[in-house]
Amino acid sequence: MNPLAGCLLVSALLFSVGIAGALTRRSAILVLAGIELMLNAANLNFIAFWRFGPHPEFLTGMIFVIFSIAVAAAEAAVGLALILAIYRFTRTSDVSEITEMKG
Amino acid sequence: MTLAFLILALLTVAGGVAAMTLRRLVHCALALTVAFAGLAALYLNLGAEFAGLAQLLVYVGAIAILIVFVVLLTRGGESDPEHVFSPAGLAGLVIALAVFAVLAWAVMTSAVAHGAQSTPAPQTSMLQIGLTLMQRYVLPLEVIALMLTAAMIGAVILALREKPTSPASPSPNPELRAR
Repeated sequence: MNPLAGCLLVSALLFSVGIAGALTRRSAILVLAGIELMLNAANLNFIAFWRFGPHPEFLTGMIFVIFSIAVAAAEAAVGLALILAIYRFTRTSDVSEITEMKG
Repeated sequence: MTLAFLILALLTVAGGVAAMTLRRLVHCALALTVAFAGLAALYLNLGAEFAGLAQLLVYVGAIAILIVFVVLLTRGGESDPEHVFSPAGLAGLVIALAVFAVLAWAVMTSAVAHGAQSTPAPQTSMLQIGLTLMQRYVLPLEVIALMLTAAMIGAVILALREKPTSPASPSPNPELRAR
C-alpha cells in the first residue's frame, strides 16, 4: 500500500466516524461537529492528491483546501448561531426533541 | 507510509472516535480539538505547510473554542448523560459502516492503490501560494471575502437576543436599531 492509499483510507475512516456521529448523536452541537469532521476528511483527500498528484506546482488542491477551511469557518459560525437561537426558543439542543416542523 | 504518518493518523482517528462517542459534551469538544490538531500535523507531514498552519489557526484556534462556548451557553454539560444516542442510532451506525466499506473498497481496487509512488515532496513557498491566490484565484478570493462578511453578519443577527417587540415601534427590527 502506497502513501496515497494510506491517506485515502484514513480520510475514509474519518468521514465514516463523522457521518456516524452526525447520524447517531442527539446533541445538535455534536451533529455539527460530525459534519466538520466530514469536511476535514475531504480536505485531507485534497491535500493527499495535491501531494501525490502529477502537477503539484499548480497548487490546485492546496488552494481548494484554503477556500474550504474558510467556508467551514463560516458554516460553523452560522450553524452554532442557529443552535443558540433554537436553544433560546425551545430550551433544548436535543435534535430528537425539536419537533416543531415535523409533518 | 512512514511511522510518523501512522502515529498521526491513529491520533486523528482516535480523537474523532472519542469526540463522537464520549458522553459529556465538553469532553467531546476537547477530543474534537485533538482530531483537528492531528489533521493539521498530517497536513504538515504531507508537506502542505500553509494548509496545516491555516487548519491550526482556524480549527484549533477558532472553531474548537466556538464549540466550547456554545456547549457552555446551551448548558450541554448538564444534559442527561444516559441518553446521548438517538433512537435511530443503530441505523446510523450501519449507514456509516456501509459508507466506509464502499470507500475502502473503491480505494483498494482503484489504480492509485497500486504502483509504488515515492515522489519527492513538492517545493512550495509562501510566495508561490500568495501569487497563485492573488493572480489565478483572485475572483474566488473576493467571493470568499464577501461570504465571510455575510456569514459574520448573519451569525450576529441570528444570535442576537430577541426583545419583545412593542406595537408602537417605528422600526420592524428593534434589535437591529438598538445597535
